[in-house]
Amino acid sequence: MSTNAPAMVATGIGVTLGAATVLDDVSIELQPGRWTAIVGPNGAGKSTLLSVLAGLRRPDRGQVQVGGMHLATLPARERARQVAWLAQQGEADGDLAVRAIVGLGRLPHQGLFGSPDARDLRAVELALEATGSTAFAHRRLGELSGGERQRALLARVLAVQAPVVLLDEPTTHLDPPHQRAVLCCISGLVRQQAAVAAVLHDLTLALAADQLVVMARGRVQASGTPGDPAVHAAIEAVFEQAIVIRSIEADAGTDAGPRWVALPSR
Amino acid sequence: MAPARPTATVLAMLLAAATAALLLAGLSAGSEGWSLAWSEAWTLVRDIRAPRSAGAWLAGALLGLAGAIAQGLFRNPLADPYLLGSAAGAGLGVVLVLAAGGAAGASIGLATASALLQAGLVGAAFAGALGGVALTLLLAGGAARPMSLLLCGVVVGVLLGAVSELVLLVSPDALRGKQVFLLGTTGFLGWDGVGVLAAVLALALPIALRVSRALDALVLGEASAASLGVPLAQVRLLLVSLMALATGAAVAQVGLIAFVGLVAPHLVRRCVTVAHGPLLALSALTGGVLLLAGDLAARSVIAPQELPVGVLTAVLGGLYLLLLLRRSRG
Repeated sequence: MSTNAPAMVATGIGVTLGAATVLDDVSIELQPGRWTAIVGPNGAGKSTLLSVLAGLRRPDRGQVQVGGMHLATLPARERARQVAWLAQQGEADGDLAVRAIVGLGRLPHQGLFGSPDARDLRAVELALEATGSTAFAHRRLGELSGGERQRALLARVLAVQAPVVLLDEPTTHLDPPHQRAVLCCISGLVRQQAAVAAVLHDLTLALAADQLVVMARGRVQASGTPGDPAVHAAIEAVFEQAIVIRSIEADAGTDAGPRWVALPSR
Repeated sequence: MAPARPTATVLAMLLAAATAALLLAGLSAGSEGWSLAWSEAWTLVRDIRAPRSAGAWLAGALLGLAGAIAQGLFRNPLADPYLLGSAAGAGLGVVLVLAAGGAAGASIGLATASALLQAGLVGAAFAGALGGVALTLLLAGGAARPMSLLLCGVVVGVLLGAVSELVLLVSPDALRGKQVFLLGTTGFLGWDGVGVLAAVLALALPIALRVSRALDALVLGEASAASLGVPLAQVRLLLVSLMALATGAAVAQVGLIAFVGLVAPHLVRRCVTVAHGPLLALSALTGGVLLLAGDLAARSVIAPQELPVGVLTAVLGGLYLLLLLRRSRG
């Protein structure tokens, strides 16, 4: 187990929108070198939680700490260096070249008026390589396929080189090879000791994470490792028993543990 | 596949060459035809053709810059420099001054540029354009929410347009003056106007370039830009102010020139893949070339008579947009 201090701690987060309670007393810890998948049905409050963790939305109750500092009191640029956030797909569009898009990840380091130095350029190249985006780095975002686009936007997030990385549905609408590419990027981040949290709709992908947080109706229903029976029970419950979680044996000759899959229930 | 595109530097050099060639043509084109023998008509060249050509280029550059800012700020390729109430504000300013002049019994000669300047129409149009944008900002509660900014721009346009109509009902004589002034013409430009336009461009362009990376970040969406630590509210207010200043200065000097601000950034984006810094500068250059070419055409097509350049740009710009529409369908 990691003995490091958590990279991010959120305690007692509550968000109310009008009469509706979107998040209610949510607490979550993100550890360096581990990735956490956040799962739950539509309207569970997953994306809202992620935007609170990113400092994009002030919670009505509770607080978020990043690297031991209060997120709410950090200047915007410092917060942006600590926490990188990938929005749900669909919003980014336009005629900017991929390399320029990825370069935006260095804005928190350069500031609006700065210009890139050797470290920034290196970070951009590394991010392009890690996501396999180098080949289309000169093309416009609007000209890319869905998978290429998502890799480019993920590279933008990697270029920040933040200790905490938050990804909102990074694999939705992607085919399996591209989904696997995203997971590889996440593994790369984790190896570099980043704390990663991703909202995922694909439960089988989520079950490959180090830790799962199961949400429903604005509350955390369970959290634990992918093999935890309590987590399995909570997932099956929040999806109204529409799915079941089964283990498949690890491939012969590897010392990996069992892998978990979510199947539609009969 | 991505088509091969020239670099920003090549495009800038082409535009600079086009500017030089068009300026030369602008100095040579007169109502009696073309002549390079400037010494024979030196006063004409110095006092009329030169300021007119320089002013047309500068006004076009300001509109191109304002259009590129508007399209980046609102993340909409159809955004236009006039959409925040500056056109309606300028119209109201002009109508008010004309009506006041009419009420005071001072008959304003519309045919001559000097009379227009004396009547303070340029100042009124400028103040009106800035006032329109200020009212839009006030109603929208600042520049934080682009959608309410756009909607309030529409409301202000309708509102100030209605007030203009009301004033025109009371003093119908002002109608012709408003038409002549706002139709879009480079015919009234003098060296004073050129100075104002140059000063505004020299102020607005460097500041806009300085914050252009915020427009790059906005490509990712509002929330992503905020997540990168970009102070969106302040940057937006600054850019809206620059847009209002550039548009207001152009409207005050040359009236409502349609489509230059809308089309210039489009043309640049078709040619090169660049970030907003070069895009803003190249859009200004393109806007200048477009309006200078338009002015030249307006003077020459039915010489010795003259077309209002605003009508010409409206026709050409409209055709260009239709072409774009057909291509994107096909």
